[in-house]
Amino acid sequence: MVPLSYYLVLSAFLFACGVMGFLMKRNIITIFMSIELMLNGVNLSFVAFAAQWHALSGHIFVFFVMVVAAAEAAVGLAIIISVYRTRDTLNVDRVDLLKL
Amino acid sequence: MHLALFLAFGAVCVAGAVNLLLQSHPIQSALSLIVVMASLAVEYLLLGAEFVAAVQVIVYAGAIMVLFVFVIMLLNAGEEERSQGSHLALLLGVPSLLLVGVLLAWTVTHHATHSVAVGSLPGDPTTIGHLLFSEYLLPFEITSLLILIAIMGAVVLAANPETDPSGKGN
Amino acid sequence: MSFWIYTLAAVIKIALMLFVLLTAVAYIVWLERKVVGRIQNRWGPTRVGPFGLLQPAADGIKFILKEDLTPPHVYKPIFIAAPIIAVVFALTSIALIPFGNNVRILGYDIPLQITDVNTGLLIVLGITSMGVYGIALAGWSSNNKYSMLGGLRASAQMISYEISLGLSLIGVLILAGSFSLQDIVKSQGGSYWHVIPHWNIFRGQIVAFFIYLTSAYAETNRIPFDMPEAETELVAGYHTEYSAMKFAMFFMAEYANMVTVACLATLLFLGGWNGPIFGPPLLQTLLPVLWFFLKVFAFIFLYIWVRGTMPRFRYDQLMAFGWKFLLPLSLANLIITAFVVAVRA
Repeated sequence: MVPLSYYLVLSAFLFACGVMGFLMKRNIITIFMSIELMLNGVNLSFVAFAAQWHALSGHIFVFFVMVVAAAEAAVGLAIIISVYRTRDTLNVDRVDLLKL
Repeated sequence: MHLALFLAFGAVCVAGAVNLLLQSHPIQSALSLIVVMASLAVEYLLLGAEFVAAVQVIVYAGAIMVLFVFVIMLLNAGEEERSQGSHLALLLGVPSLLLVGVLLAWTVTHHATHSVAVGSLPGDPTTIGHLLFSEYLLPFEITSLLILIAIMGAVVLAANPETDPSGKGN
Repeated sequence: MSFWIYTLAAVIKIALMLFVLLTAVAYIVWLERKVVGRIQNRWGPTRVGPFGLLQPAADGIKFILKEDLTPPHVYKPIFIAAPIIAVVFALTSIALIPFGNNVRILGYDIPLQITDVNTGLLIVLGITSMGVYGIALAGWSSNNKYSMLGGLRASAQMISYEISLGLSLIGVLILAGSFSLQDIVKSQGGSYWHVIPHWNIFRGQIVAFFIYLTSAYAETNRIPFDMPEAETELVAGYHTEYSAMKFAMFFMAEYANMVTVACLATLLFLGGWNGPIFGPPLLQTLLPVLWFFLKVFAFIFLYIWVRGTMPRFRYDQLMAFGWKFLLPLSLANLIITAFVVAVRA
């Protein structure tokens, strides 16, 4: 029997790693992957609480989070491709002027 | 047994997440993220969420991450350049982060006593299907519309400017 | 059943199924060379052993003894990991395939399946969708324009046809009412008027069967969808830079995927191990396994027959076919099946 708090600590750790990656990394794609890591941490929280409160709505919500993450990843990667085409760099520090 | 499995796959999750931060090449970060997602799928199985675990592998690890790997391959993203770091920040930051983290984890695990048994809530596809198409039908339809908009947006944004002189996607 | 008996049975089953799968992969290569040879009016391998039956052994020895080149500019960790990923996911899905009814050995009722998960079909789909990584990473890590293009094309093709593959299976799921592979096979027992078996093909899933067939050819990168790895296109596509054992691993992964897909097709559409059962109890336990293997063999023969006969699609034709024809068709099949089942109930 695993206490619920263990799952929450793991979820918080994953979320914290995602936030750290988002702030520390300079490559746009890695920043995006940190966002996905944050979403995964949150998913684990949802499923853990669903198991505790015996409510399947937690699972449904995880399903919707995954769907939204997929949509966001598709559009975000398309934006990254456009940025790469115009600025010719994937380093977030270089994309700092509104004019090319 | 349940605890041993949780700790083993939790350790794999943690290792993957830390590896994502420590690697400099985006493809290595992508592969560690795939490892995190796969071990999270096992954690979901431990919590009885079999449908969510299967969907995590099929959708997240098998489709969204393929998209990421595609873009990394397409744009030929090389090793990341290091921006200006600060030794003082590293010296002060990492220990205090660990301290705060350990304090929080200790507080949370010692003050809550609810335990979750393996498979206590069977999340089989039949029940989830019933819920999804009766109570949560409106969010379901709205998210399908959302995905449609995302597809159209992605196609327009990523269209090649040379072959589409009008600027609009097909 | 106690934990130790279960573990012992599982270990024996894993060893047995791996052995059978790897031997089957080797002899499917032999079968392909013979059948394609006969289609092209030539003999195929005849020298090594009677009818060339020892050819796979000779090929295996050749692959092991060949020089394993690693070109200098490849991205080494992923270059070495990619064939491993491909083979691991190809071999893992055999764990969920049931080969026959439960057998009674020494008083224990042992299912002929390594694990029977009640979302078995979803997990098999998940494992096949993870198999894309082996190919994508192989193409990218080879640091070679042809391999990269081949890898990108192969992975784009695989993820496109995964959708129609999955959707074509939902009709079967609606008829069976469960994701567990054993339940799906059991729902196909019996027959109409003692003549037509109760298989899913004859229960209205014939269109779904053909969608599944076509998507399976595209998933396993076989003719007519093998543009990403054909020798006359892109040099050899994503496995250009691989030699000896690593190339053999890609080969093994492709044929193991073929076997998995054929097993799924027999379980879902051709009635699995259902067939006439007669005779003494020993024969009664072995006959279902025989019917299963015969159906899988028929499916693989169809694979090889199509390979010898059809030309390959151009890449844009391939993608257009998957997205603009198969996907709407599988959605239509799903809607019609659901409608018929709902009206009947």
